[in-house]
Amino acid sequence: MSMPSGTAPLITSPLLKVRGLTAKYSRAIQSAPALHQIDFDIAPGEVVGILGESGSGKSTLALSILGLLPANAGVEGSIVFQTEDLLQINEPQWRKIRGAKIAMIGQEPGLCLSPVMRVGDQIAEVLRAHRPAEQKLRKLECEAILREMKFSDVDRIYKAYPHQLSGGELHRVAIAQALVCQPDLVIADECTRSLDVALQTEILNALGRMRRKLGSALIFISHSPALLVGFADRVIVMYAGRIVEDGPLPRVFQRPLHPYTKGLVELVPQRRQHLGLSPRRALPVISGSLTELDRSTPGCAFEPRCCARAAVCREESPQEVTPEPSHRVRCFNHGN
Amino acid sequence: MGTEQGAKRAMKPALVRTRALSKQYVQRRPFSRKKCVIDALIDVELEIASGCVTALVGESGSGKSTLGNCLGMLETTDRGEIWFEGNEISRWNARQLLPLRSKIQMVFQDSVGALNPNFTAAETIEEPLEIQRRESGKRLRARACELMEEVGLSADWADRSPLEFSGGQRQRLSIARAIALEPAFLILDESLSGLDLSTQAHILNLLLDLQTAHSLTYLLISHDLSLVGQVAEFVAVMHRGKIVEQGSRQEVFDNPQHAHTRELLASDQILESAFRTAQAGG
Repeated sequence: MSMPSGTAPLITSPLLKVRGLTAKYSRAIQSAPALHQIDFDIAPGEVVGILGESGSGKSTLALSILGLLPANAGVEGSIVFQTEDLLQINEPQWRKIRGAKIAMIGQEPGLCLSPVMRVGDQIAEVLRAHRPAEQKLRKLECEAILREMKFSDVDRIYKAYPHQLSGGELHRVAIAQALVCQPDLVIADECTRSLDVALQTEILNALGRMRRKLGSALIFISHSPALLVGFADRVIVMYAGRIVEDGPLPRVFQRPLHPYTKGLVELVPQRRQHLGLSPRRALPVISGSLTELDRSTPGCAFEPRCCARAAVCREESPQEVTPEPSHRVRCFNHGN
Repeated sequence: MGTEQGAKRAMKPALVRTRALSKQYVQRRPFSRKKCVIDALIDVELEIASGCVTALVGESGSGKSTLGNCLGMLETTDRGEIWFEGNEISRWNARQLLPLRSKIQMVFQDSVGALNPNFTAAETIEEPLEIQRRESGKRLRARACELMEEVGLSADWADRSPLEFSGGQRQRLSIARAIALEPAFLILDESLSGLDLSTQAHILNLLLDLQTAHSLTYLLISHDLSLVGQVAEFVAVMHRGKIVEQGSRQEVFDNPQHAHTRELLASDQILESAFRTAQAGG
């Protein structure tokens, strides 16, 4: 399999290097793994969007990078972060990495924050775990990052309990908490899923601004291609636990190579163009859905739903090819 | 198109209409006697045309779900009237409401929470049919399987627990349960958010097919304007407990009157046009 290359020429060594990552929940011994031979690199400061529908393995990937998969999950391969293989280190070593070097923003910040602790103290707690400093200094640092998150009344936010804050405020607090230790890598797992558009834009702007300032790399997981534009440098498309396409964002969205990516891009609602049409017109869909059966097929998992399938697609699984520089795809239509 | 939709609206009588509907929530602060009053609905005047998709949009906390719950008779109102099929129903008691409940059904966002995990898929659909005494004995199971097929679920899965289904399939099951009693009015409270785009489109197509087949009226509660823009015929915009604007989709989307509507549309537009530019190679 060809080794992936980042968009920008990698002058420095990659920040994160994932090779042959396979994850399996042991409950499903006969069934296919949740992640299958995942290979990718992330350069320092790079923003990578991961696209895919539910069940494609996006969240499993995020959890395996953080070493947070449940105990019954079996993981193989290697995840090299800076110089350490994250799959080989023990819990005390993990504690030095989580929160300090790799941070995560979850789907529901309301659930990630403790309801019985002031949010300011919760941000300070992250600092206390990783950097010995005086309490006063910690507080100043927390207030500084809250100010960076464009809170006008930092004092009120610092002293508030989570239930006293609105949804948008909670999201910004969660981002502040993730970024307070200036991590090298931030993983955001559908962190704007439940928000309305106005708030979504606000949160994304805040995240983007802070990330640029700190120079952290970001893995942004989403099921909506529209959210990644103007934000991500590179897009990785996942389907049934495999990377099916990986390339620079403009190229992937302009000329998607994999039929699944094409389908995803066409799904982005076109409000203006629909205006003149009858609302009874059926919406575009990717026919069918991802089933357990598709995962364990010897052929391409997308074959039953694919509009460009050939006989070979059912027989064997396509290997990765690189038809364009730094744009790889797993499909027989592009040579194999 | 605008006049056409206007004419359509004039022709179609309103199935549901509210008059000065108000609702307050009173919360007591913990460890204090102070009460905190939240005006969830303030003099809401809403008209839902029969046989159409009316969308209720607004930011989180604007009172959309409260209005949906009030119309679904899950919550009582403080003041105002709710008219359904020509009757004022807001003060009806439980016995009066019982026959009405089959006509108004709801589909919620969280399908895991909405479905009983101790029931099988078939039992989930059978329950309302039993309560309303529509079917019994063998016919009950047959009808449940029929409904499962209608929403695109295989009848072979009738004995599975809802937890074994994927998110989209669970939402299909919720829809099957909702249409089991042949309702006239379906309230979809964020039923599609939380699903990925492809599943969303599949479910929307299913809802549109069902609407034609059963002449249903939908109230689609959503914060996702791009979704609303694709299917809704009428749009009502809520902001801080009030309906600030309502009209046909074209009126509201092309010529928004209220500042809040303009704000919502603008942020949606930015995302979409950025995507189109990127796609075109700009």
